[in-house]
Amino acid sequence: MTLSAHLPALQVVVPLVAAPLTVLLRGGRLPYLVALTSSWIALVIAVLLWRQVDSGGTLSYAMGSWPPPWGIEYRVDRLTAFLLVLVSAIAALVLPYSRASIEREVPRPQHYLFYTMFVLCLAGLLGISITGDAFNIFVFLEVSSLSTYVLIALGRDRRALMAAYQYLIMGTIGATFIVIGIGLLYLMTGTLNLADMGQRLAEVQGTRPVLAALAFLTVGISLKLALFPLHQWLPDAYTHAPSAVSSFLAATATKVAVYVLIRFYFSVFGASQVFAHLPMQEMMLLLALAGMFAASTIAIFQSDLKRLFAYSSVAQIGYIILGLSFNSINGLTATIVHLFNHGVTKGAIFMLLGAVAMVMGGSTLARIQGLGKRMPLVSIGIVICGLSLIGVPGTAGFISKWYLLLAAIEQGQWWLVFLILLSSLLAVIYVWRFVEAAYFREPRQDIDATAAVPWSMGVPAALLVAATVYFGLDTSFTIGSASQAAAALQGGLR
Amino acid sequence: MTIGGHFTYFITIFLMIAGLFIVIARGNLIKKLVGLGIFQTSVYLLYLAPAKLVGGTAPILSPAFTIYSNPLPHVLILTAIVVGVATLALGLALVVRIREGYDTIEEDEILALDAARDREAQAS
Repeated sequence: MTLSAHLPALQVVVPLVAAPLTVLLRGGRLPYLVALTSSWIALVIAVLLWRQVDSGGTLSYAMGSWPPPWGIEYRVDRLTAFLLVLVSAIAALVLPYSRASIEREVPRPQHYLFYTMFVLCLAGLLGISITGDAFNIFVFLEVSSLSTYVLIALGRDRRALMAAYQYLIMGTIGATFIVIGIGLLYLMTGTLNLADMGQRLAEVQGTRPVLAALAFLTVGISLKLALFPLHQWLPDAYTHAPSAVSSFLAATATKVAVYVLIRFYFSVFGASQVFAHLPMQEMMLLLALAGMFAASTIAIFQSDLKRLFAYSSVAQIGYIILGLSFNSINGLTATIVHLFNHGVTKGAIFMLLGAVAMVMGGSTLARIQGLGKRMPLVSIGIVICGLSLIGVPGTAGFISKWYLLLAAIEQGQWWLVFLILLSSLLAVIYVWRFVEAAYFREPRQDIDATAAVPWSMGVPAALLVAATVYFGLDTSFTIGSASQAAAALQGGLR
Repeated sequence: MTIGGHFTYFITIFLMIAGLFIVIARGNLIKKLVGLGIFQTSVYLLYLAPAKLVGGTAPILSPAFTIYSNPLPHVLILTAIVVGVATLALGLALVVRIREGYDTIEEDEILALDAARDREAQAS
């Protein structure tokens, strides 16, 4: 076997091995270089896997040569490959950004631990995406979650500790619910391999343990992906975490949880069964709409920009789940493409906010008055990303909203079209609050804002902003991958 | 099936609900973690109890035995126990740091301290 045959394993193993290496190397630049190299290797592997899947179809890798369904299987289909590219690309951009960023926010002796936790979190997220084994999902989920709690607790303010603690409690309850769900499914089917489980479930579908498993999995995963009203942990966590961490989590963590939900709904339970025995479709639709409106409204009244955009994330999760609840190819395409587009957009916003906080000494609306004059490029970047959150044509956000509207029109639900457009207006209001403070107020004289943003922070942020615009204009990669993945999921194939 | 046949399930559900209740109802950060531990432990039981067959042995091939217990759930739960220990350790470490920062580990007092600081920031 050549090295290329082992790419699925290396995808997870490279960052996983880098984590203890960074601990051993401790001081100096080396931990940073190891982390950076491993994230770039992960990105190269993800792109190679995407190309293999694009030309040759689903890849299956038997861990330790134990054939599935007995051994642990790593399975790369179009959806997985698409997500792997997103997660590793964001990590490859956030790591160079983090070096200058944590210099200001994390005490120097803890720097190497930051990199350890970061690559561990990356390994966990990649593992969740690539594995084809239900219990393996739980293990990787905990690997990524535990490292996330530590990363959040590294924030400067003591509130970061409380945010991390709350997230630990909520996250562990969520993960335990997921294990209960997986346990019930295992009791009923006797297998842990997702594809095998999906086939065997047909015999026992509609029995009470299976429905209970569906309920436990839905609640557990919803906690992880911050579906309204289970989103309480998210705003605190994103607000108080170090900027680089907010940026990485906002772009990847909740997105991977959405992927787990899609995987269980469409590959394990099978689309028809999920929506046949319990009113999941109506429930998801309702929660998605509630999230879109409630979270956007709360966002309008926030005084801290980090918190404002954190609530906006909860609202955007609403759109993602809305697409899923349509149970149609266009709806799923909207979900998958919005995972990517929103990840890129939010990653960019939190990177830029990190730069703002560094120069202005905070990210409250009162503090950043006149940002348009003080930091013109950064302000323009935030406005562009804000337009993408609203869904203005020419930005990535427009593409996903367009498919969401298509899915609603296709089912003849015009009231939903109206509601989607109405909730976009709420996004206009909260983005406008930034524009007003940045461009229509005079800079405050009592704040010294002469520090320059180092290029290592500016370049990754600029790249992500450029990606926000690029994927609004050229959709061959995003829509191409998403629509094929959606078609495969709807067909019951993996 | 009699109630006796479902004995382990009753215990599991009882522990599950008791643990979850403690997490939600208690304001003390350490007690919350204790509740979380009980909640996680109940899941171990959910996996392990059905795996054991009465009279079953470890799955070692031998002509003397015909009934084997399933070893896989035990291995899975071994992993889950490790995860549980790590979570508890991290949670307790966070509580230590919270106590250093706030001088209390009661949730309502911490929230009151945060709210007071917010008001100060608004006033200035």
